[in-house]
Amino acid sequence: MSAVSVGPEDFDIGAEIAALTADDREIGAVVSFTGLVREMTAAGALDEMTLEHYPGMTGAALEAIVAEAQERWPLSGVRVIHRVGPLAPGDRIVLVLTASRHREAAFEAAAFLMDYLKTRAPFWKREAGAHGAAWVDAREADDAAAARWGDDRS
Amino acid sequence: MQVLYFAWLRERVGVGSEEVDPGPATTAAELIEELKRRDPRYSAAFADVSAIRVAVDQKMVALDSPISEAREVAFFPPVTGG
Repeated sequence: MSAVSVGPEDFDIGAEIAALTADDREIGAVVSFTGLVREMTAAGALDEMTLEHYPGMTGAALEAIVAEAQERWPLSGVRVIHRVGPLAPGDRIVLVLTASRHREAAFEAAAFLMDYLKTRAPFWKREAGAHGAAWVDAREADDAAAARWGDDRS
Repeated sequence: MQVLYFAWLRERVGVGSEEVDPGPATTAAELIEELKRRDPRYSAAFADVSAIRVAVDQKMVALDSPISEAREVAFFPPVTGG
């Protein structure tokens, strides 16, 4: 199974963890991060969030981020799933799983993967509600979070 | 070359992709200036260049990167996934 999936389908976190750890008895730690669609935004209640992406680039960009995490930490397994298309409040958007012998590598690599994903993977969120629709602005806090890993590109 | 636009840039330009003759432009930033000269749609879409990111042949690069050998140039706002 590829480490990276991008598509409209929802995912089963338990099934993904089971698949990642099934054949490796040396794994001592699995960290799971799930991103969800929040209902309340600064503009008002959200009816729908749409994830647009750059199909020609998204898979390779995520694979590159995964490869960089595997270079930095001794990981036994990595899984990244990012959904695209229309989503509703409460829906899952993104899953990052990291598995390693010990928890430090798994915790740090999961945080790294999310920070880099937010600043390097070509996804764009559009929020729609009774108030209208608008593209989500990039947050400086996300650039700062990525910079702590030595990412000085932004 | 094929030029792609995403998110609000796609909406403001009015298409997701188009074939573009870059003319004298040799960098992504020069291509933006060239497009702005050709049609006011681009002047509006690219009004704030600080809000524009670019990928050349599906790799994110700086705006002053060369495009002479490029097959695909994509312009988009800062990414907001995750």
